[in-house]
Amino acid sequence: MNQKNNLIQIKGLRDGLLMTLGAGEWGELQELLFAQIDARSAFFRGAKLALDVGYQALRVAEISKLRDGLSEREVSLWAVVSESPKTVQTAQLLGLATRISKQRPTEKERPLVAGDDESALWLVRTLRSGTRIEHPGHVVVMGDVNPGAEIVAEGNVLIWGRLRGSVYVGAALRTEASQSSGAFVCALTMNPIRLQIASEIANPVKGKTSKKPQKVSFKNGKFHFEDWQGK
Amino acid sequence: MSEIITITSGKGGVGKTTAIASLGIALASRGQKVVCVDGDIGLRNLDVIMGLENRIVYDIVDVVEGRCRLRQAMIRDKRLPGLFLIPAAQTRDKMAVSPSDMMRLGDELRHEVDWVLIDSPAGIERGFKNAIAPADRVLVLTNPEISAVRDADRVIGILEAEEKGTPSLILNRVNPGMVKRQEMLSPDDVLDLLAIDLIGVVPEDQSVLIAANRGAPIALDKESRAGQAFHNIAARLMGEDIPFMDLEEKGGLWSRISKFAGRN
Ligand SMILES: Nc1ncnc2c1ncn2[C@@H]1O[C@H](COP(=O)(O)OP(=O)(O)O)[C@@H](O)[C@H]1O
Ligand SMILES: [Mg+2]
Repeated sequence: MNQKNNLIQIKGLRDGLLMTLGAGEWGELQELLFAQIDARSAFFRGAKLALDVGYQALRVAEISKLRDGLSEREVSLWAVVSESPKTVQTAQLLGLATRISKQRPTEKERPLVAGDDESALWLVRTLRSGTRIEHPGHVVVMGDVNPGAEIVAEGNVLIWGRLRGSVYVGAALRTEASQSSGAFVCALTMNPIRLQIASEIANPVKGKTSKKPQKVSFKNGKFHFEDWQGK
Repeated sequence: MSEIITITSGKGGVGKTTAIASLGIALASRGQKVVCVDGDIGLRNLDVIMGLENRIVYDIVDVVEGRCRLRQAMIRDKRLPGLFLIPAAQTRDKMAVSPSDMMRLGDELRHEVDWVLIDSPAGIERGFKNAIAPADRVLVLTNPEISAVRDADRVIGILEAEEKGTPSLILNRVNPGMVKRQEMLSPDDVLDLLAIDLIGVVPEDQSVLIAANRGAPIALDKESRAGQAFHNIAARLMGEDIPFMDLEEKGGLWSRISKFAGRN
């Protein structure tokens, strides 16, 4: 592993990411930070970032530049944590939080533990065009999934809202549909642009909008459409 | 107590610049002090639409880079007291200005005027980021057309992620006849998808193009339907409760919109 990468540590917070920078020349650290984000841009896109800069003393121009650079990468910087009083002052001047225990960004996404090792991603918002959600487990959306939004889940997808975008469920997409039998997608209104369970694409759902909540699953080699009822 | 408003859309050519120029006129004619800022660096045209292009000496990049004082770059529109334009630079690119520069500029302008109206370029790149950075409130403008609405949805998602709050919607170029014949998305269809507050519906109006070519924003022509629609939006921005224009004879479409927007 590249030793330089050890200069930056990433930790998931309940509602965003915390990146901790090691000691080093600021310009270089910033380059490294941007490079790491660029290398995994899908992972970082849309993230709320808190940055721990240690003893770095940063000026307004430096933090502004950092924030602009992050914003270009669709990462929003909300906090700068530092041992340096100067940096703390600068961050406050720019309207950034300087402590992460206090004043967190509004919590919208949190994983739910839904069984032994199955965790569901819980999204309380409408997924708008251009949003792509990838999750190795189940996904629950309390809101609509608009045209141009995509959910790629290895587990099942439940949408308490209207599905008008695209959903791909059931293990890795390359696997045979038979191996992920039982995978399903539920929505209050089922009108997807594209719905795919493992390698199988459900065509019939397109065009017809059902009034009732629907559940679409793939069993024994074919799609099943049924009313979605709790049981 | 001044307010910074940015109009953006994702898609180009939907009427942002038209709207900025007309809202500037409409707010100024209500006695407000307004500056319109062209955020489309490299492709400036707000000055042309406002008919002020031959008065440009300094532009936004000159202000940001300190080559002139803020007031020197504010071109006064002689048609109305209290209306100004800060033009974009034509020969520079969007990277010449950063979101932080825009925030500083916005804060300075707060001391000068009641309203700062920022015209955003199309897209979701740097120019867009610049335009929304200082905004207190964002208006998303779209046309009743699937691709424009899709882009508007994307932009709304980004604004929400950037914690800019939920924007309000201006639906421009609505043709009631076509909506009635189901040849065009209805305002209802658009609101159903975007699910944000409506602040104005502007009809398709040929006089918009004529006005643009004359450098006299459509809001100067109070007889025109589009001009009236922009005056209504200005009134709503100032907190007045103005009913939506009755573009169709009665009932139907427009009464449903007022219900949707929580007005009546
Ligand atoms: N309500 C309207 N009715 C008719 N034409 C319009 C209307 N609004 C805008 N236009 C025309 O659409 C074109 C694009 O408008 P513009 O304001 O330059 O869009 P943008 O700034 O979003 O690129 C112009 O030719 C303008 O005259
Ligand atoms: Mg324009």
